[in-house]
Amino acid sequence: MTKDNGVGQHRTRMQAGRAEEGLGPNTDIGSRLRALYGAVQDEGVPDQLLDLLEKLDSAEMAQTGSRSKRTGE
Amino acid sequence: MAAEGTSFKRELLATLPSLRAFAVSLTGKHDKADDLVQDTVMKAWAKQSSFEMGTNIKAWLFTILRNEFYSQMRKRGREVQDTDGAFTERLSVHPSQYGSMDLEDFKKALSQLPDDQREAVILIGASGFSYEEAAAICECAVGTMKSRVSRARSRLTELLKISGESDYGPDAVSAQVTSGNHLV
Repeated sequence: MTKDNGVGQHRTRMQAGRAEEGLGPNTDIGSRLRALYGAVQDEGVPDQLLDLLEKLDSAEMAQTGSRSKRTGE
Repeated sequence: MAAEGTSFKRELLATLPSLRAFAVSLTGKHDKADDLVQDTVMKAWAKQSSFEMGTNIKAWLFTILRNEFYSQMRKRGREVQDTDGAFTERLSVHPSQYGSMDLEDFKKALSQLPDDQREAVILIGASGFSYEEAAAICECAVGTMKSRVSRARSRLTELLKISGESDYGPDAVSAQVTSGNHLV
C-alpha cells in the first residue's frame, strides 16, 4: 500500500463513492455506521498501547544512539 | 533518523483510534481488539523501513491489521471464534444522537452480515476509505468491493426493516431507511 492521492481529489472521489452506494452523510445506514465506529474512536487509546509505543520508540533511540557512538558520528 | 522515527510514531499515533475501531468491528470484543492492535503496532514498527513517509499510512496499517487478524484466525481455527464481530460488545461511549434500541438493532443487523460484506461496508462507510483503497486493503478487485458494499447495504436495509416492523410496526427506523433509498 504505497498510494498517494491528492487530498482534494481523494475526498471528492470518496464522497462520490459513498453517495453512490447510499452511505453518504445523510443516509440512515451511513450515519449509524459512523455513530458506532465513532463511539469506539472516542474512547481514546488505551494506556497499554501508548506505553508499548513509547517502549518501541525509546528502544530504537537507544539502539540508534549506541550505533552512532560506535561509528563515531 | 531520529526525526524520521518521531514522525512515523506521530502518524501511527494519529491513526490508532480509527485502527482500533476497525479492530473492534472485526473481533467484536474490546480486549481482543486491543491485543490485535498491539500485535499490529509491533509488526508495523518492525516493518517501518518498508513504509514510505508521505504515503497513506492509514491504509498501510489497516492492511497489516487485517492480515494479522485473518492469519490469527486461521492459526487458531474457527472453533475459537466466540463472537459475531461487529461492535457486539456494549460501547462505553454511547452516541447521543441515537436511542440505544436503535443502535442495538443496527449492531445486530451488522453482525448478521457475512464477514467480507461487513468489512467492506465499514471500510467504505465508516473508516473513510475510497473503493480503491478498500480493495487494496482486502486484496480484491474494486468491482468486488463495490458489489460487497452494495449487497451489505441491501441486506442491512432488509434486516432493519424486518426488525422495525416486527417490534413496533413500520416505525421511524424503517421510514428512515425507506427514505434513504430515495437518495440513491
